[in-house]
Amino acid sequence: MTEVIYILWLRQLQHYWRSKARLLGSLGQPLLFLVTFGFGFGPMYARASGGGNYMDFLAPGIVSMSILFTAVFSGLEVIWDRQFGFLKETLVAPISRTEIMIGKTLGGASIAMIQGLIVLSLTYVLGFRIPSLASLGLGLVFMFLIAVFFTGLGLTIASKMKDMHGFQLIMNFLIMPIFFLSGALFPLENLPPAIYFISRIDPLTYGVDGLRGAIAGMSVFGIYNDLAIIGSLSILVCAIGAVLFSRIEA
Amino acid sequence: MIQPLLIEKIVSGSAMQNILSVQSLTKKFDDFTAVNDISFNVEAGSIFAFLGPNGAGKSTTIKMLTTVLRPTSGEISINGFNALKEQDRARASFGIVFQDHSLDDELTAYENIVYHAVIYKVPKKERSERIRKALEIVGLWDRREDYVKKYSGGMKRRLEIARALVHYPKILFLDEPTVGLDPQTRNAIWNHIRSLNKERGMTIFLTTHYMEEAEAIADQIAIIDHGKIIESGTVEEIKNRTETESLEEAFLKLTGRDIRDDNVPGNKMRTIRGMRRRTRR
Repeated sequence: MTEVIYILWLRQLQHYWRSKARLLGSLGQPLLFLVTFGFGFGPMYARASGGGNYMDFLAPGIVSMSILFTAVFSGLEVIWDRQFGFLKETLVAPISRTEIMIGKTLGGASIAMIQGLIVLSLTYVLGFRIPSLASLGLGLVFMFLIAVFFTGLGLTIASKMKDMHGFQLIMNFLIMPIFFLSGALFPLENLPPAIYFISRIDPLTYGVDGLRGAIAGMSVFGIYNDLAIIGSLSILVCAIGAVLFSRIEA
Repeated sequence: MIQPLLIEKIVSGSAMQNILSVQSLTKKFDDFTAVNDISFNVEAGSIFAFLGPNGAGKSTTIKMLTTVLRPTSGEISINGFNALKEQDRARASFGIVFQDHSLDDELTAYENIVYHAVIYKVPKKERSERIRKALEIVGLWDRREDYVKKYSGGMKRRLEIARALVHYPKILFLDEPTVGLDPQTRNAIWNHIRSLNKERGMTIFLTTHYMEEAEAIADQIAIIDHGKIIESGTVEEIKNRTETESLEEAFLKLTGRDIRDDNVPGNKMRTIRGMRRRTRR
């Protein structure tokens, strides 16, 4: 059981590690956002919040963003496996579909975590500081839960998709709204009711809020509420994914 | 109504020599019936060729036999295990070389086989020895550290065969194993397959469009068309019954000379149109 999960996990890390272009390319967007938004909106944020540091607010948001995109993408990779025929090889093996789901979730989540850690170290260069080791530890927990939830979501969607044609649809109508309305870039205050509502049912909202509470000391809902919500959502999405995976046909 | 069931029970109890047994297998996609109530047995240790024109239902049948597609109705028994209820034990009993590509191009040949050995739970102690043997059989041991994306079509095919051997399957499914390969490679692959069958007593279930290959290698043949098995037996029996000189002639006599459309599920319009065209003639 554990070795099967390990080999599924290993394969994803081998893919990630060998594709240096993807590794570097996916750092471009977070870096661009950190620099342009960070320095662009910094003065405005300082005025509006009465002297707050926007980089402290933004850094956890951009770390979450890079985890979100990497995780969803890793999950959706199953569609490539299907198109290139490799999925069949895994599906005819005498292993349970739950093992496949767990192995692939951990693989994708590990990659997203690595990506998140790289971005976190970039924020250090741009002047973001984490107060203590304990808050870093708690931050890592949130990063991991965000990674697990969104890899699981990607896998769940992928189990229902036959090819990559729906990819743009998912990015533009699901993942981008999840990112923009999660409070990663701006505080979720004084919003119109519709936007307010969407932001409150957005899972990433609680991930970002928890991570920001952990590493920047700013939280709206309270760290433990965030932990409970994103933790139970992660379990839920993996359970749904496992059920859908058990019905998958090659 | 009870009697046939009883007889069947007695027969299946004594006849473990049927490694694969298929009863009334049917697959419907919406209102199109791809496989229509087929039954057949494959004897342990034999080479069984499953032939039919494009879109006849071959691939759909193989997908059901190898547990990746659920039948609409019917029973499949592999190595004594119910392929629908004891999926994992049935899966551990067979190896398969798919019709289309199923390797991970971004891994090396060796890594591809290790992945396979682990998910098929080959004991750790035996793993490296079995992998080495399998790669030597197909002559790829020296190229094991190469990425699969650098392999030629024939090498990929041989690697897929080696991979399917690592967990010592009782029955090996080969879905058009030699399609698109040069005569040398085809010859080498059939020699491997024949020796696996002779030396290890491995049952071989294959599909091919090359009738002379089927004629040369198969002990038993079944021909499927429009989802139904229309003829089965040894090559000699089929040739005698159809009064033809070769399997190719028998095949054409049985299935007609019309060119078929491929029947890919999801491509139904084309299939339906193709069928109309056929029925009009």
